[in-house]
Amino acid sequence: MRITPVGDAALRIELGEAIGETALQRVQAACAALDGTAIPGLVETVPAYTTVTVHYDPAAVAAAGASADDIVGWLAHRIERALVSASARSLRKGSTVEIPVCYGGEFGPDLERVAAQAKLTPEEVVRRHAAGHYLVHLVGFSPGFPYLGGMAPELATPRLARPRAQVPAGSVGIAGAQTGVYPLATPGGWNLIGRTPRRLFRPEENPPVLLQPGDRVKFRSITADEFGRLEVEK
Amino acid sequence: MITVLQPGLLTTVQDLGRFGYQRFGVVVGGALDRFAARVANVIVGNDENAAVIECAQRGPELRFERDTLIAWTGADFGATIGGEPLPPDRAVRVHAGETISLGVARTGLRAWLAVAGGVDVPLVLGSRTTYRRGGLGGFAGRPLRAGDTLRGGEASDWSQSFQRRAGRVSTWSVRPQTLGKPAAAGAVRAMRGPEWDWFEADAQRVFFATEWTATKDADRMGVRLAGPALPQRTAREMISEGVADGVVQVPAGGGPIVLLPSRQTVGGYPRIAAVATVDLGRLAQLAPGRTIWFEEITVADAQGLYLARERDLNRVRTGLARLAS
Repeated sequence: MRITPVGDAALRIELGEAIGETALQRVQAACAALDGTAIPGLVETVPAYTTVTVHYDPAAVAAAGASADDIVGWLAHRIERALVSASARSLRKGSTVEIPVCYGGEFGPDLERVAAQAKLTPEEVVRRHAAGHYLVHLVGFSPGFPYLGGMAPELATPRLARPRAQVPAGSVGIAGAQTGVYPLATPGGWNLIGRTPRRLFRPEENPPVLLQPGDRVKFRSITADEFGRLEVEK
Repeated sequence: MITVLQPGLLTTVQDLGRFGYQRFGVVVGGALDRFAARVANVIVGNDENAAVIECAQRGPELRFERDTLIAWTGADFGATIGGEPLPPDRAVRVHAGETISLGVARTGLRAWLAVAGGVDVPLVLGSRTTYRRGGLGGFAGRPLRAGDTLRGGEASDWSQSFQRRAGRVSTWSVRPQTLGKPAAAGAVRAMRGPEWDWFEADAQRVFFATEWTATKDADRMGVRLAGPALPQRTAREMISEGVADGVVQVPAGGGPIVLLPSRQTVGGYPRIAAVATVDLGRLAQLAPGRTIWFEEITVADAQGLYLARERDLNRVRTGLARLAS
């Protein structure tokens, strides 16, 4: 574990070298430990693939007794102490979430491109994408956007050379070896293969997102009719 | 109640930001110069996190439907009230029926207008900040339009008592840019970033020796700078991780980008530097074509500057509290 400043109001805790389940578990354990410890001045923690970024208020840390020239050291010491107890804590058990997807057609304008890249038929791409077991490694980019690991390697497709100015909410995409779902209409360069009627960002609920790191995702292929029905229900 | 007669170019309701939800990918946002917004609130006797009106380049025209106290801080906007100059950094009494025009930014880009009691919009995920992309927070999740009406919150006791006794414009002023220990004109103090070692020695030298030019590629998420290339020692792929305000990220084959409060929560570009919190306000005012240079300081130095500015603001608060007693 290494703790480095990111400017004067954030620290980065490094917990692994490579993307994987081991790093994910360490990151989750560290977040749980920090959430469960009252550290003065700590504003929020942001987990990623192999790191946790801790945002803090230097004035609050100083007010809690840190000497003005050693705010980083004072905070790093408390973070390290909190993380020692991390392994002993029970982690939030990730849930398995099913995401219905209407693949291809107007919802998946890049399905043919992915199929050509993989030298498979579009139907086979859909079958393999929906058959995968995915793990949420990171939520970021936009609210509730899951970075999913576990896609069949042959489906990997480079990002679009020209990103779209607007990707519709719910779009399911592939970028390199990653797959993910756009919770909001945003610009984006991922290859779009389908769309889900499920809402991934729902600010009126707590937590405001459908998927969190550690959750498992199963995609289920649905027809345009079923898409329409689910959309009406939501 | 405040009626928006003309909305200006990009006028939004902002508090200090939506904290606590970055882990879900929700951007923090908030007033682009948080300190300037805090000072505007302090001047009218508000909680520092009260919602203010942020203006960019061309400010709005607003009609006040009841007597209140206002203050604005930020760039040189040439604001007027009923056609008379409306000075910045001061508490100003506004009477029911009067109209203010924020004007146009002559130098810099943005200004923050505080109203006694704050702008009363619903809290969404703990904040009144407008999150445009998510279409939530602020006023209906979007920039203000002509015809919108904003409600003011309840003014504090200090504010009410001050309003009863003060003249049109307060005799005192609090200029946020002068509190603490401001950098030299054109300078922005910055620390080495987490990926500093990824860059060639020459790139490291050049970064702190260059006059960087702000490009048009700028918004509330960040400002892209134009200048010399900053090559890395070896091409390395970065694994995405949390980023922070002021971080200077260097995409391959593009100018460095200084991240501002509406930045994404995570990023995947190496960060050569990070701007000191006290100088972030300068980036919020950097119009295209303007130049800056980075002056290297340590993290402890940057925190020392931050604490010094907080102490100054505390003194201001104490002084103002005495005025009303």
